[in-house]
Amino acid sequence: MKAVILLFPGINRERDMVLAVRQSFGTTPQIVWHKETSLPPGTDLVILPGGFSFGDYLRCGAMAAHSPIMPAVKAHADRGGYVLGVCNGFQILTEAGLLPGALLRNAGLRFLSMDTLLKVERSDTVFTSKWTPGAIFRAPMAHGDGNYNADEATLNRLEGENLVAFRYADANRNGSARSIAGIFSPNLRVLGLMPHPENLVDPLLGGIDGKPLFDSLAAA
Amino acid sequence: MSTEINASLAKSFGLNAEEYGKVLEIMGRTPSFTELGIFSVMWSEHCSYKSSRVWLKELPTKAPWVIHGPGENAGVIDIGDGLAAIFKMESHNHPSFIEPYQGAATGVGGILRDVFTMGARPIANLNALRFGDPSLPVTKRVVDGVVRGIGGYGNCVGVPTVGGEVNFHPAYNGNPLVNAMTVGIAHKDKIFLSAAAGIGNPVVYVGSKTGRDGIHGATMASTEFDASSEEKRPTVQVGDPFTEKLLIEACLELMQTDAIVAIQDMGAAGLTSSSVEMAGKGGVGIELNLDNVPQREPNMSAYEMMLSESQERMLLILKPERTELARTIIEKWDLDYAEIGHITDTGRIVIKHNGILEADIPLDPLAEAAPLYRRPWVETPKPVPLGTLDLSAPLGESLLKLIASPDLCSRRWIFDQYDSTVGGQTVKRPAQADAAIVRLEDSTRALAITTDVTPRYCVADPYEGGKQAVAETWRNITATGALPLAITDNMNFGNPEKPEIMGQFASTIQGMKEACLALDYPVVSGNVSLYNETEGRPILPTPAIGGVGVLEDVSKAVGYAAAPGLELVLIGATIGELGRSLYLREILGREDGPPPRST
Repeated sequence: MKAVILLFPGINRERDMVLAVRQSFGTTPQIVWHKETSLPPGTDLVILPGGFSFGDYLRCGAMAAHSPIMPAVKAHADRGGYVLGVCNGFQILTEAGLLPGALLRNAGLRFLSMDTLLKVERSDTVFTSKWTPGAIFRAPMAHGDGNYNADEATLNRLEGENLVAFRYADANRNGSARSIAGIFSPNLRVLGLMPHPENLVDPLLGGIDGKPLFDSLAAA
Repeated sequence: MSTEINASLAKSFGLNAEEYGKVLEIMGRTPSFTELGIFSVMWSEHCSYKSSRVWLKELPTKAPWVIHGPGENAGVIDIGDGLAAIFKMESHNHPSFIEPYQGAATGVGGILRDVFTMGARPIANLNALRFGDPSLPVTKRVVDGVVRGIGGYGNCVGVPTVGGEVNFHPAYNGNPLVNAMTVGIAHKDKIFLSAAAGIGNPVVYVGSKTGRDGIHGATMASTEFDASSEEKRPTVQVGDPFTEKLLIEACLELMQTDAIVAIQDMGAAGLTSSSVEMAGKGGVGIELNLDNVPQREPNMSAYEMMLSESQERMLLILKPERTELARTIIEKWDLDYAEIGHITDTGRIVIKHNGILEADIPLDPLAEAAPLYRRPWVETPKPVPLGTLDLSAPLGESLLKLIASPDLCSRRWIFDQYDSTVGGQTVKRPAQADAAIVRLEDSTRALAITTDVTPRYCVADPYEGGKQAVAETWRNITATGALPLAITDNMNFGNPEKPEIMGQFASTIQGMKEACLALDYPVVSGNVSLYNETEGRPILPTPAIGGVGVLEDVSKAVGYAAAPGLELVLIGATIGELGRSLYLREILGREDGPPPRST
C-alpha cells in the first residue's frame, strides 16, 4: 500500500501521521503539497491529516476542499482508491462532498483535548481489519469542531447501510449525532474520523490503541 | 505631522525630562515625530530594562552546556546528540487584562517567534498564569478569555501545550499575569542570530502586513493601570495563528538554505526594535524605505509603521544572491515578501517614506545612552514568626477543603482546552508527571519542562521565595528522572519607582542567584514585566521560572501513575513550616509568617 499525505497550509498533524504510517508500513509516506494537481503515480492511499487548514477561517475545511489537489483526490476516490481523513482531514472530506454530513462547533463551544474511547462498529474493512467487531479503543481527541451532524435521512442511511465506522463509547463530549466519531463512504474506501489514532501508536506515549488502524492498512 | 515636538509631547510618549534631554543631546536638534517615537519605545522599560538591568547582571548565566545566554532572542543550551534546546518565557500581562483573548493569544505568538527565529522548531508551550479572586465576575471573564486565547493560538499553530501553573490571589485583581514559555529544538551548529552584517545586504520583511494595531504597546506595558486602562484596548494586537504557522514553516524551510545572514522577529516596538537591534548588534547601519512595507491600510505614516506591533512579522538580512530563492520559499507559503532596505556602514538608522527623510538616528548612542537606573530600594521586612497556632481542625476535613481550594484543585478544565498531543512526541501530558516530558523526534532523548513560583512565599520573603522558585523547578525536573540544565525567568513585579518594590526585585534576584549557583543551573533567557499595579496596589512579586532538563533515555521517564503495592518514601526533613502555607490561608484564614526555607 503506497500512502501519501496531503499538506494544506495550516495542517499541523502531518508529522504525527508520518510517524504512525512509517511504523506500520515500514516506508515513509510522501508529502504532497496542496497546490499540486495530481497525485504521485501508484498512490493507493491518500491521507488528509489534522490541523487548521487555512486557519479554519470561513468554515473548517471549506477552503482546503477547493485546493488545486482536490480534483485529483476526488478522481482517486471515484476510481475506488483509499482515502483517510482525520480531524481537519475529516472536515475537509465532508466539505469536499466525499463524505456526507458536517462537523459543527462542539456542543459545549469549547476546544476539547483529552482521550476518548471509541467503539469499532465493523472490522470487515481495509481500515479496521485488525480490530474485532465491537472492540473499544482509546484515542486522543483535540478539536473545537467535532460535532458530527447530518439530516435524519442521512443518519438513517449511514446506520442502515452500516457505514458508521466508530462511535464515542465513553462520553459524547462534542454532541455528535448518534455518537458518531467516524464514517465510511458507501464503498468502504473513504474513512473520516475526528479523534487521532495516530497519536497513540507507541507505548512510550501512553499506548498503542491507535496502531490497528495503520496495521490494517499496511496489511491490505 | 505638524505636532510640536517638545518635552511635554515626550512625556506623553513616556520619556521624562532627563531622558528627553538626552535625546536632544544625541540628535543635536529637535527630533522628528518619528524619531521621538523610536527613542520612546527603545527607552521604554519594556525594551530597555532600564530599572532591572543592573540587577539582572548578577544572575549566573554560564555553564559548559550554555551555547547562548541572555541577549539573544532566546536562550540556547546543548542537550547532546548535536542538538540544542532553545527556550524563553515572556509576559503579556497588561494586554491580557485589557483584552484577555487577544492578549494571551499574541503572548503565545510572540514567544513562539522568539524561539523559531533562532532556527528551532517549537516542540512545547507552557504557561504560568496568575488571576485575581476567583469569586469575582471579572476574574471569570479574564480566566475564560486567557485560556481560550492560549488554546486558540497554540492549538492552531500545532505546538502542544504541555504544562504550566495557575494561582489565584486578590493581589492580581485587575492585573492578571500571563507568562508564556516556548521550547524549541535545533541542530546546535544551525543556530540563527540577529546581528546584521554585510554592507549593502538587503533587509527583507516577511509575514503579515503592517496595520495600525498595537502602536505604542511597549510603552503601555511600562505604565501602571488605572480606570482608563480600558481605553487602551486599541494598543492590544490581534493575533493570527494561521499566519504564524505559515511563518514557522516558511522560516524553517528558508533556514535549510544558506540565504539568511540574520533574522529577528518583530515583537514589541515592531519594526523599530528589530531594525535597531539587528543593526546595533552587528555594528552596522540600516536604511529603510517604508514605501515598500506591506501595509494593511492606506496612508499609514512613518511613525505608525515604525511603532506598529502588528503580529506575525519577521525581519531578515539576506545574502543578495539568494533573494529570489528566499522570495520563492516565502511566497510558496502565501506570505508577504518585501525588500524594504539595506545594511549600511554609517552606524545610523535612516528611515525614508514618500521621498521624505523621516528619521536619522545614530545607533550607538541610542543603545548606549539608554537610561539605566539603580533605583532606590528598601529591604522587605523579615516576616514575624507565626507563634502558637490552633491546629485543632480535623485533619480529614482540612484535607478535603485544601484539595478543593482554588490553588490546589484540578486544572483539568484548563488543560482540556489545550492540544497537548499534537506533534506525536508528548510522553507525559499535563497532570501526568511533575514536569512535562516531550520526546525529541527520531531520538531516545526527551526534554523535561516545568514552570514554577510560589508568589505567597515571595511576598513574605523575596529572597527565600526567589530561591524556592528556582529550586522547585529543579525538583520537578529531577522527579521525572531528568537532569535539570538551565532556566528562563519571567520577573513580574510592581512599580520599580517604589523603593519597596525595587527591594522585592533585588532580593528575589539574590535568592535566585544562590539557588542557581548551588544547583549549577544558569539563567539563559528571560523577561521583565514591571508596573504590574492597579490603582497603586502591586501584584505579589512573581518571578516565574521555566526549567528545562534532559532525559537521555525517555523510557525511564517517571510520572505520577503508581502501581498498587509500592512503598511510599518521603525524602527530606519535615520541620513543620506552616508560614505562608495554603493550610494557614485556607484553614486558619491567615496569610503571614515566614515561608519555608530552601537549603
